[in-house]
Amino acid sequence: MGEPGTKELLSLEELEAAGGLRTGRKHILSILVEDKPGVLTRIAGLFARRGFNIHTLTVGPTDDLSISRITLTVDGALHPIDQVTKQLHKLINVLKIRDLEPDDTVARELALFKVAVEGTQRAEVMQICEIFRGKVVDVGRRSIILEVTGTTDKVAAFEAMLRPFGLIEMMRTGEIAISRGRGET
Amino acid sequence: MRAVDAVMECLKAEGVDVVFGLPGGANLPTYDAFVDGGIRHILVRHEAGGGHAAEGYAKATGRVGVSLGTSGPGATNLVTPIVDAMMDSVPVVFITGQVRTELLGTDGFQEADTMGITMPAVKHSWMIQHPDEIPRSLHEAFHVARTGRPGPVVVDIPQDLSRADIEYQPVTDVKLPGYQPTTEGNTKQIRQAAKALASARRPVLYVGGGVVNAGASEELRELATLDRFPVTCTLMALGAFPAPHPQWLGMLGMHGTRAANYAMDEADLICCVAARFDDRITGKLSEFAPRAKFIHIDVDPAEISKNVPVHIPVVGDAKNVLAKLVAEYRALEIDSSRLDTWWERIEGWRTKHPLRYDEATNGEIKPQYLVQALYEATDGDAIITTDVGQHQMWAAQYYHFNHPRRWINSGGLGTMGFGLPAAMGAKIGCPEATVVCLAGDGSVQMNMQELATCAQEGIDIKVVIMNNGYLGMVRQWQELFWDRRYSQVDMGDFPDFVKLAEAYGATGLRLTQSAGLVEALREAIATPGPVMVDVRVGREENVYPMISPGQAARDMVG
Repeated sequence: MGEPGTKELLSLEELEAAGGLRTGRKHILSILVEDKPGVLTRIAGLFARRGFNIHTLTVGPTDDLSISRITLTVDGALHPIDQVTKQLHKLINVLKIRDLEPDDTVARELALFKVAVEGTQRAEVMQICEIFRGKVVDVGRRSIILEVTGTTDKVAAFEAMLRPFGLIEMMRTGEIAISRGRGET
Repeated sequence: MRAVDAVMECLKAEGVDVVFGLPGGANLPTYDAFVDGGIRHILVRHEAGGGHAAEGYAKATGRVGVSLGTSGPGATNLVTPIVDAMMDSVPVVFITGQVRTELLGTDGFQEADTMGITMPAVKHSWMIQHPDEIPRSLHEAFHVARTGRPGPVVVDIPQDLSRADIEYQPVTDVKLPGYQPTTEGNTKQIRQAAKALASARRPVLYVGGGVVNAGASEELRELATLDRFPVTCTLMALGAFPAPHPQWLGMLGMHGTRAANYAMDEADLICCVAARFDDRITGKLSEFAPRAKFIHIDVDPAEISKNVPVHIPVVGDAKNVLAKLVAEYRALEIDSSRLDTWWERIEGWRTKHPLRYDEATNGEIKPQYLVQALYEATDGDAIITTDVGQHQMWAAQYYHFNHPRRWINSGGLGTMGFGLPAAMGAKIGCPEATVVCLAGDGSVQMNMQELATCAQEGIDIKVVIMNNGYLGMVRQWQELFWDRRYSQVDMGDFPDFVKLAEAYGATGLRLTQSAGLVEALREAIATPGPVMVDVRVGREENVYPMISPGQAARDMVG
């Protein structure tokens, strides 16, 4: 710098700011929480007041009765994911959060589709169902109910195939996920 | 033992010497226990007054405040103090009564969903579901309120559960698996922060209220004086660094000094110690401190990079981290002369733009002068509480706080009606101190019923009303940003504060002339018991300088 005094111990110029970055992809957060009254409200309320948008959310028991697992997906293009997880960590009932790495994670959802079918269409729909390794769970005179599990992409593709036939109703659970390998999620 | 007697035991075990509250149907059992519970109870006139009093107590003493209310309206009246305590990180335990469990969810008389209503604004809350949970929940509540980043907690106790008998065992092992605040600070990051500070040519220490909470003033002074670092404090941190100190630049932000704001604007390194880059500090975020790299020390990891991306984060308690930073900095070879040019620049701003106002020529009292006179009359050594508005900003600018915990105001939430009850709590916590509530004529009316509490309990606070007959700050904004179209800001000459003070059982005084103001204030403060002084000041004075909302610091006006 050519100025007098202390020699530079580090270059301020080279310091990089961290945090607040948008990753631009979907994140699956696996959250272990104490099974206490109101815990889901606390999480939902936190998202609402910080303006974070929950894409999907599932809640279920774990092998430990006092602990539940919440799996939720957030859009990392809209929100700085580190801010989301840090705010979640401030909730006293939240024990552990994992932002699951997509390559290292098995994620699945379950979906049910009620499709309008007339005559020959029935066979066609059932054929598509087979390709997607789905199951026919109920057959009516003018409709059929199909069940499929898989990744979000697969379920979406299945939905796209069924739509032209006349989709009466659809339900998706949202993703649950678990990490690969021997470590705990 | 009755559960409510266990409540008393828990409070005593937590070192509680006073609580502020108001009884009602749902907390009758608890109030029965107060009769011989051995804890001082201050009967407030409105739950909000009790909540703010508990905040004032906590802010003045550093201990946890306690505030009680009944179910329904008792609890909803506590919502403002709860949110206020959340915004300013004040440790307060709020204990609310709830309707009997069989009535929960039936819209019973005085039933409100206290947990649901307060959930977005508490650090944590406990709904008691079994009487045996009461002692542990209370101790957990105190632990959460006091540790890490302090904050408000709520414990909601249904009436029938508080009446039950329980086996009381003292609780000494509070452990919450999901709550482990990081307090020590990462050594590598602290070392890097020290090196960055040593390399900076235009550094600023930007200090927030967390330094007061952590009791880290001494460590801050040590760090600052190791190397002539310029220091500026937020509204919440006034007193954390002694205002008369030559390295003190004054407060920063919307109504801060030009020296502080310009220094932030031109800094190459800003070391933020336990502040949170509030919009009243940054102004237009995209133009905030455009040349600076940031170190951010905070006990709350979620504050780091929340508003401003940070280069060197240090998560930890300010006292621990600053002490380690001082040690690391001492180990470096420093030549402070590298800061000479920077100080010349700062001195230039200080000389050219001191805080100033036009003195009155007609003998009227300028509001800024009222604060200066109050400073003189109290030898600069009082605990000052304020409400929110012009008087608060002038107090922040002109009462030069020398010590932490002397300045008590509602910063984050900006709650009118905070000052008077907060003064009451502060006086109870610090009986030896002179406690003055500097209020506006608008805001004081929002909780002035507590003057009755002060009179009854002999709580010796002095309320100085800066009376301009306006909601002054709103009027100022209407003048500056709404073409002087004054809308609903003129409060006229009402009420007669002197008569009102007397009606409440306090001493009432009125001061209208600038001459002899210091002596008159000194006399008012020496008058025993609660005193309310109605000081008439110039009506249309504005708070300057000012960063207009959404503007950058270098575009300060006034």
